[in-house]
Amino acid sequence: MRCSCNAASRSNRLILSPEEWEAVRLTLEVAARAVSVGLPLAVLTAWVLVRYRFPGRALLNALVHLPLVVPPVVTGWLLLIVFGIRGPIGAMLYDWFGIRLVFTTAGASLAAGVMTFPVMMRAVRLSLETVDPGLEQAARTLGAGRLDRLINVTLPLASPGILVGGIVGYATCLGEFGAVITFAANIPGQTQTLPLAIYAALQVPGGEAKAAELSLVSITLALIGLLLAEWIGKRINTALGR
Amino acid sequence: MSLKVSLHHRFPTMEMDIAFEVPAAGVTMLFGPSGGGKTTTIAVVAGLLRADSCRVAVDGQVLADTQAGVWLPPERRRVGLVFQDARLFPHMSVATNLRFGMRRAAPGPVRFDEVVELLGIGALLARRPHTLSAGERQRVAIGRALLAQPRLLLMDEPLAALDDARKAEILPYLAQLKTALNLPVIYVTHALDEVNRLADSIVLIEAGRVKGSGPVSEIATRTDLPLARRDDAGALLVCRVIAHDTGRELTRLEGGGAAFWVPLLDAPLQAERRIRIPAREVILAGKVPDAISVHNIVPGTVRRIAAEGARRSVLVEIALPSAALLGRVTPDAITRLALSPGAPVLALIKSTSIEVLGA
Repeated sequence: MRCSCNAASRSNRLILSPEEWEAVRLTLEVAARAVSVGLPLAVLTAWVLVRYRFPGRALLNALVHLPLVVPPVVTGWLLLIVFGIRGPIGAMLYDWFGIRLVFTTAGASLAAGVMTFPVMMRAVRLSLETVDPGLEQAARTLGAGRLDRLINVTLPLASPGILVGGIVGYATCLGEFGAVITFAANIPGQTQTLPLAIYAALQVPGGEAKAAELSLVSITLALIGLLLAEWIGKRINTALGR
Repeated sequence: MSLKVSLHHRFPTMEMDIAFEVPAAGVTMLFGPSGGGKTTTIAVVAGLLRADSCRVAVDGQVLADTQAGVWLPPERRRVGLVFQDARLFPHMSVATNLRFGMRRAAPGPVRFDEVVELLGIGALLARRPHTLSAGERQRVAIGRALLAQPRLLLMDEPLAALDDARKAEILPYLAQLKTALNLPVIYVTHALDEVNRLADSIVLIEAGRVKGSGPVSEIATRTDLPLARRDDAGALLVCRVIAHDTGRELTRLEGGGAAFWVPLLDAPLQAERRIRIPAREVILAGKVPDAISVHNIVPGTVRRIAAEGARRSVLVEIALPSAALLGRVTPDAITRLALSPGAPVLALIKSTSIEVLGA
């Protein structure tokens, strides 16, 4: 099947094979799951880092930035150790809930989410830092408690950064490779996202055309993401009168 | 209502030690040069700044007492605060801004429609803050603070960021609010015209200390306090309209135990008007002169004579039955009239020199 992908005939049709569509769909799903769990956590972390001074703050800051600087393979391997079936958290999840993360779509999402966490957190943090603390003070004198202020003043004002962080995070997730392949392996239909499929295609003789096609899809998706982020950011800032 | 504040706070460059008490409703001005600790005082009363040690009590309820370990957070103090920069929420309409505090407060006497009407912001309700002028923004901010049903309203230089034209636009609204809502107000300013228009009592704050406090008519004429040392020093009196003499185009006002004629006013009888009599416009006399254009010849008693070295002039405090006037003359005039504390004196004031400041 895979070797029927004859470069000449395919480039004429410009249509992806079912497995390739599966890889695209899976990539989008993995990224969506990673962002939907990762973004709220990134907002929370950014808020804590911006608004509070506490012992260990510098360490927390360094920890969440770690995936940005260590080799992705190391991140994937650490995830294996922690979330593997015999890992401290992985064992708990498996024994109590029967949840297995290694070599599953959820696992791929976890790996992608951890890798893009710093990207999302930084975008949110930059945005939170521009929120005038004076407005939060005003909300306080008007009777708004901590959570009330966060939900009704701080987050809406930081919403451009949060949305942009989500979209850029999503686009980054589409390209996660090292940690995903290390933690979730390269299983077509389950963990084989676009970059993994491109890698697999390049391992097969004559797979360049398929790799090129998938790369084109990859670039298109990323481009859409970045343009969307720019456009939405502008729209919200206009609505906020900036 | 009564407000008692005492606070001690050490800044790297200044040590603050402030205590004052505001016994009655009305507008109390914290007045003094910038950097003297007025805004810090406001922040402590609002709960936004925790002083090293402080005690704040409104109507006997303790909002903060560091010795007893009491510290209500700002959101539970019911103390409204109007900032110098309106600080409206940019992601909300004017109406939503106005209702922000109202929705979080127990129902109270301040009604939405009344505030909108008093501040003249009815036409702005659907707009966004960034489309408003600075003056409009500040009016909305005042409305927002009032609608949170505060028991005390703090205003931190609410007009300082506005140009003179915008100031003139807002001052009448503030004067109107003062009479319409019976709410104690603490108002920080370093602008004398705001004191003249709005203050009932005044707390002079300088370099972290209270230099003096009391009713504005008294503080303005005390030659031992900085207010009377200004070039534009003068007496401030709260008067009532007693009679109109339409034939002579004059209005008679009474206040501080004296009567004053001013050019005809368009005001109902018994209406309250504040008047300011600049010290340099007051002529002193030993006996009533004849054939003179001056309408006001006010008898009083010399209370204090203070030399003003650099100006080569002398300030004379003249006690009236329940207020005081201030006159600035030369030392030679004092000698010629043989004035000394306790001596009777006549203050001659042209009716056109009296500034009528409105309610």
